[in-house]
Amino acid sequence: MAPGPRVEIAIAEKRFAGEAPPLFAGLSIDIEPGSVLALLGRSGVGKSTLLRMIAGIDTSFTGTIAIGGAPAASAPPPGFVFQDSRLLPWLSALENMLAVTPERNVTAAREWLARVGLADAEQALPHQLSGGMQRRVALARALAVNPKLLLLDEPFVSLDRQLVDDLHALFRKLIAAAQSTVILVSHLPEDAARLADRAVLIGGRPARVMGDRRLAIARDQRSPRDILNLTEELAQEAEATT
Amino acid sequence: MFPGPVEVIGHIWQLAATGDLVPDFEKTLLRSAIAFVISMVAGSAIGIALGRVRWLDRLFAGWVLVGLNLPAIVVAILLYIWLGLTDFALILAVITNKVPLVVVTMREGVRSLSADYDELALAFRMPFTRRLRLIFLPQLMPFFLAAARTGLALIWKIVLIFEVLGSDGGVGFRIAIFFQFFDVAGILAYTVSFIVVVVVVEYGVMRPLETRISSWRLARG
Repeated sequence: MAPGPRVEIAIAEKRFAGEAPPLFAGLSIDIEPGSVLALLGRSGVGKSTLLRMIAGIDTSFTGTIAIGGAPAASAPPPGFVFQDSRLLPWLSALENMLAVTPERNVTAAREWLARVGLADAEQALPHQLSGGMQRRVALARALAVNPKLLLLDEPFVSLDRQLVDDLHALFRKLIAAAQSTVILVSHLPEDAARLADRAVLIGGRPARVMGDRRLAIARDQRSPRDILNLTEELAQEAEATT
Repeated sequence: MFPGPVEVIGHIWQLAATGDLVPDFEKTLLRSAIAFVISMVAGSAIGIALGRVRWLDRLFAGWVLVGLNLPAIVVAILLYIWLGLTDFALILAVITNKVPLVVVTMREGVRSLSADYDELALAFRMPFTRRLRLIFLPQLMPFFLAAARTGLALIWKIVLIFEVLGSDGGVGFRIAIFFQFFDVAGILAYTVSFIVVVVVVEYGVMRPLETRISSWRLARG
């Protein structure tokens, strides 16, 4: 199975109307096929904006963002996971998935729901599901749309410890199977230490790459101690650059 | 002067069998239905346009306010003078009174549309028709239902008043005649019949419709 696409970010300039310093100027990041990149940085630095530019939602910038060689806006839609689960409350879990998948493939949608452990919940409305289950539907939805390219915007915030651990484990398993290219936006170094192959820290205004490190130990072979150490190192790096 | 329930019900029976009760109700309900449908369609279209397009709203917001506060009776009198005592004038007067209310409600609905869901649609490149059906309309439905509900109540009332003012039949027309003869039993017979119709519409049409459309809300409670 082929891994996910290469993502090449080369933004010349991105600014919001009426704002003096641009948000990004000369920002380039090259993401290898099938790798997991954690995009770290303080809130307000533009991580979410960058993710929306990669998703092709925000196209008002100069420069290029290429996904598998094609411009972001005309590339196949990415599997996007929002900060909230963002399910449509009037549709069941299954319908929520069918709503956004281009060919409305019921069998495939059911399979993804089963893979996130929600085979029994396909007819449930979002508010009948727990917070953790809603996140899992959102993850299944993203995977059903495009398992090769996943963009995640702080998908593990405001969940309790145990749920985050479960979701992390599930997420690791699913992206390993699909060989997805993943861009994970987070303000928590721990997310990067647990999930990513590479952590890029952006900061400043205009935002630039302040730190870029490949995490040496393969992501599914890290012991709890490795994760602690990596978290610590990434946190210190973030501290030092701001 | 104060007929009892038995007398009123007997009167209803008699009016329905030998009088004009049935054709009168047919006339009034047909007028109300036409005015209702046109008001909802036109009001929704205008309301959505004003909620979506800022300069349109700036241009017409003042007119909507005037329309909202224009006394119903003035509109009816003017239209009767200009167009004659016709069904067309009556229905047009009712529509003129009702449309601004629908516009205001639907405009509010469009303004409250969630930007988050728009972003969802953009991220997943949802086709326009699917966006309309799955994101846009479900969000507007509660507003549409609210407009329909207040709309029906208002339209019943003003159709009757306009029928009193000038028409060739209908519930209001007949009540005006009863009034001239101080026929309280007749007035009450028509009123009770009318309430029956309203209750039938409420429980036969509005409630089931509401339950169907907003079942996901009820499940949340």
